Amino acid sequence: MNARVLPPLRSGSRLERILRSGQMAVTGEIKASDGADPKDVIKYSRPLANTVDAINAVDGASANSAISSIATCALLVQKGLEPTLQMNCRDRNRIAMQSELLGAAALGIKNVFLMSGDDVVSGDQPESKRVYDLGSVQLIRAAKIMRDQGVFLSGRKLSKPPRFFIGAADNPFIPPYEYRHYRLAQKVEAGADFVQTQWCFDPEVFRRYMQRVRDLGLHERVFILVGVGPIRSERAVEFMRDRVPGMRVPDEIVERMRKAPKERKKAEGVNICVEIMEQVREIEGVAGFHVMAYGMEDSIAEILERTGLSPRPTGEEDSRTVEQPAVASNE
Amino acid sequence: MTLRMKEARRWPGSEWIKDHPRPLEIAYRLTRRVVGRVVPWMLRVSPRASEELMIAGEKVAKGYLFNCQMCGQCVLHSTGMTCPMNCPKKLRNGPCGGVRQNGNCEVIEERRCVWVQAWERAHRGSYAEELLILQPPVDQRLQNSSAWLNMVTGADSQPPQGWVMATEDTQATASRSAK
Repeated sequence: MNARVLPPLRSGSRLERILRSGQMAVTGEIKASDGADPKDVIKYSRPLANTVDAINAVDGASANSAISSIATCALLVQKGLEPTLQMNCRDRNRIAMQSELLGAAALGIKNVFLMSGDDVVSGDQPESKRVYDLGSVQLIRAAKIMRDQGVFLSGRKLSKPPRFFIGAADNPFIPPYEYRHYRLAQKVEAGADFVQTQWCFDPEVFRRYMQRVRDLGLHERVFILVGVGPIRSERAVEFMRDRVPGMRVPDEIVERMRKAPKERKKAEGVNICVEIMEQVREIEGVAGFHVMAYGMEDSIAEILERTGLSPRPTGEEDSRTVEQPAVASNE
Repeated sequence: MTLRMKEARRWPGSEWIKDHPRPLEIAYRLTRRVVGRVVPWMLRVSPRASEELMIAGEKVAKGYLFNCQMCGQCVLHSTGMTCPMNCPKKLRNGPCGGVRQNGNCEVIEERRCVWVQAWERAHRGSYAEELLILQPPVDQRLQNSSAWLNMVTGADSQPPQGWVMATEDTQATASRSAK
């Protein structure tokens, strides 16, 4: 079923092993705590713990301060869970980025997800300074340089290179549409091993995008996880349509949420999510899902059950991946 | 509020000129040639004065046409004659994930995303394939210096050592797999 020529094993994370074995992977996103209590992180991780393969810890999402991604990840690692460190280009320069990547590797974080990040205007401190010393593509390349070349961006040698499974963001749902698959190609060339897409509400647009992705052969070079999730209410979906940058929400979805009776809104949101997943998983080149369920984390288990994606594989029984030599560079 | 950002400025007529990139491309090639010939000469006479002169010239010409931000390492002809430093996130390798459904910028709602424009304009010009070049990180030391001068001296094309190593590596792998 899987004709993909596998690249060398990158970090050996569970997420990577599951993807390499050809099974559908499922990732989730933990709510960022607004406080200093580590127990909150553990509490928020509970609905995700045995339901998804890796948990993204957001990095100042919507440009609001919250507990740092690296701290969240460290707490998850302590609990035996697999995190994905998100890092944006908005808040730090290249010196801080590379230091933090090393720190993350030392803490046992094996997946990273590198992106530009929401602009400061989306948050409650729009007067902050934007950094953007590197852009997302350059940050991806910097992480790859550290891993594969074993040096910092400057060329200075690392005593031990970090081993990362490098993730990137991908948004097929916004203009310039004719550019988006090339944008993915750029990220793959820069070093992305997997991508998680923006929330998919429009399988038709995504299908057309994947056609162009396959034409470029990218589906064989990068694992594509499609962003999905249940919607809580009509207000939530309207907010996403009108206020969240980079979202494409067809009117039919809003209409369906409006028509659903009050006590059935959440159930309808779950139905929509399941339907979209059923349509999208048939598309060639889709390697899994990234489930975003803000405030509805408890419904993830049901969604995965209904789509036949649970229980999750351990990522360990597959001999093809375990026997792979740990090649850290492409010499 | 965001319209007051320096990236949001557009001089009258400059958008129309960029929408027709062919003459600008001719001007680019011409500038390249003239600058390449004249600058080494000027530098011999007075390095200080020639830099000041170039900066003044760029501020006027590129300031009007491109709302030039004086990054000192111009990639305009590779980006559809649309300055990527007009992107509030300073992205030099394509659009971010926040572009609005109407093609406008996430930050400056009233302006089109510079990468939407770059894409359209590049396909009206002759350098479309250069849009996909992996642009190295910006050398922040070159801010407010003359890109024309840096082009002649080569100061604008010295990516960090690690970046160079990775690029050579990718190219070697590519040529190996091509064989």
